[in-house]
Amino acid sequence: MLWLRTWKLGVKSLLLHPMRSLLTILGILIGVSSVIWLLAIGEGISAKAQEQIEQLGANNVIVRSVRPIGEVSIAGRGSAEYGLMREDFRRLEDILGDSLEKIIPIREKKRAIEYKGVRTEGRLVGCTDDYATLMKLNVRSGRFLNALDNENRSQHCILASELANELFPTSEPLGKNIYLPDHEEYYKIIGVLQPRAATAAVGGSIAGQDFSADVYIPIKTWQDRIGDTIRTNRDGSFERETVELNQITMQVKNKDDVLNVSESVKVILGDVHDQAGDVSIVIPLELLEQAKTTRFMFMVFMGLIAAISLLVGGIGIMNIMLATVTERTREIGIRRALGAKRKDIIRQFLVETVVLSVVGGLVGILLGLLCPLCFQFARWCMERFRPDLMAAIPEAVRDVAPLIVPVSIPIAFGISVTVGVIFGLYPAYRAAQLDPIEALRHE
Amino acid sequence: MTFAARIDNVRKTYTLKSEVVHALNGVTFDIPTGDYVAIMGASGSGKSTLLNMLGCLDRPTSGKLSLGEQDVTTMSDDQLSAVRATKIGFVFQSYNLIQQLTVVENIEVPLYYQGRVTTSDRKRCRELAKMVGLEERLDHRPNQLSGGQQQRVAIARSLVNDPYFMLADEPTGNLDSKTTEEILSLFDKLNSEGRTIVIVTHEDEVGARSKRVVRMRDGVVLSDKPSAEENFVISDHAKTANAENGVPSA
Repeated sequence: MLWLRTWKLGVKSLLLHPMRSLLTILGILIGVSSVIWLLAIGEGISAKAQEQIEQLGANNVIVRSVRPIGEVSIAGRGSAEYGLMREDFRRLEDILGDSLEKIIPIREKKRAIEYKGVRTEGRLVGCTDDYATLMKLNVRSGRFLNALDNENRSQHCILASELANELFPTSEPLGKNIYLPDHEEYYKIIGVLQPRAATAAVGGSIAGQDFSADVYIPIKTWQDRIGDTIRTNRDGSFERETVELNQITMQVKNKDDVLNVSESVKVILGDVHDQAGDVSIVIPLELLEQAKTTRFMFMVFMGLIAAISLLVGGIGIMNIMLATVTERTREIGIRRALGAKRKDIIRQFLVETVVLSVVGGLVGILLGLLCPLCFQFARWCMERFRPDLMAAIPEAVRDVAPLIVPVSIPIAFGISVTVGVIFGLYPAYRAAQLDPIEALRHE
Repeated sequence: MTFAARIDNVRKTYTLKSEVVHALNGVTFDIPTGDYVAIMGASGSGKSTLLNMLGCLDRPTSGKLSLGEQDVTTMSDDQLSAVRATKIGFVFQSYNLIQQLTVVENIEVPLYYQGRVTTSDRKRCRELAKMVGLEERLDHRPNQLSGGQQQRVAIARSLVNDPYFMLADEPTGNLDSKTTEEILSLFDKLNSEGRTIVIVTHEDEVGARSKRVVRMRDGVVLSDKPSAEENFVISDHAKTANAENGVPSA
């Protein structure tokens, strides 16, 4: 009952100076909502990075062929030979086979694909039957490659959903033959996949992978019929590139072995490739750990910025309350003369700061929760009115989806109230320490 | 005989930059319940210091001060606050109402610091407001009232805790002669109802209305006698002059 009166009185005193109270609240409000916003944005970015890495598979070790730096082929006479070899694959399989669930050799190249005069560019992927499981590809109709396709070097292929729709807008692709004009080869379609979202690039280690234009064929068929050396016609001249395998993906049985396996892979491949510098090893688990550390650092950093803005808000409160105490010295004197104890005065002023910071905190939380909506709205506006600008923004920034971190809400609120109390305490203490006789004389 | 206050050889010394000031230099007198005392003296005589002692806003350096049955000489700050909340009624020269509170809320303030405001207390506040003639203005704020009305609110407030005595510090200093007369009549009435009143003033007109006058000089009691024995100079001229000078009434 008396507490209620104290609160009422606090609100009343604050309403005497609505503008001043509003500005003070604004300080806290911005602090609280920035805590929520910054954490949400940070979480959004790192969650995305983590998701991308997880798509690579935490149990996987990926070895890729890279064109060595400095070996730039000169157009017309260009020829390059580099990368993983089938011998590497055999050695890896022999030595590490026991700790691996799967080991998949992959060859890939962008090629023209034709069906009845319709020509498009696709990505030809030579692989084994395990590839579908590994990359989480699902078949819409027909089937994926099986072991026999590779054994028989059969001229079968599986099309990505989007590519199939492009080449066969009205008819059923199953059973039809597509034509590869570069190699003058026909492949029979035995399956069509369901659409699969593209994976984004992870740092500098792995390029994003878009599955929408993929054509999968048995890798042994590739080896026998297409070969390792591919000639590309570029601006009227030819470029030759000899690569046996583009990638070897290993899935480790036991997650705890991932790092050991990757060490062994480095040693096994080191003999041949360290000198040439033509392979790179990607360990998603390691990236994941790195991403987690980065995420933590990011959160700390964001939290720090938010904490600074809350601190500024707190200083705002303190400033106003000190002014208020000076302004109301006489009132304090009157109250003391009428029997208010020091702690009553402290309570009275503290209640005011708590009201300010609680109101600021609550409104700040509301604004904070609007963060994802604001992002969507901003993006919508950009797309609507300045699509050119929107396209210029890097994908990583454009697609950020802020994720509200639930714990940031009580934290932000708790901090705002704490800031209010801490920064209100000193002015309240000053008020309580005033000598009542002096305070009564104050004009 | 019961006493509202007993002052026994009270001294108060301040140290201002290594200079020792004796504000009170051994003051002794009693205030029996039901008395109406005027404490008079020039500025620097120590009457304000004595008022602060009696109002429990300050503690004596030595001597003994009792209010009612309580020895307040060595009380802590919190204990003194409690005494102020329960047993002292202040009336100030500049009214000292709290601006953001209404009339009735201002009267309630001392009760609030006693930690209780019951329904019967509310009723009592209204009765006090009625007694001082402000029953029509319960929900007005101080800035909507004249000076005389504000001082009447302060008087009602000083009575709400049923104090040992009402302690009035130049209560008519800011009022014109007509309003002064109203307030002084109110004091007369309250005293006749048995209230103890201690009034600090330098105006003869005010001192003359009391039963007893304590004159102070240089921190000691110069004289202490019934007001009838004092030679107050109260001319009609003084009153008229007051009014003509336009002493603010609101």
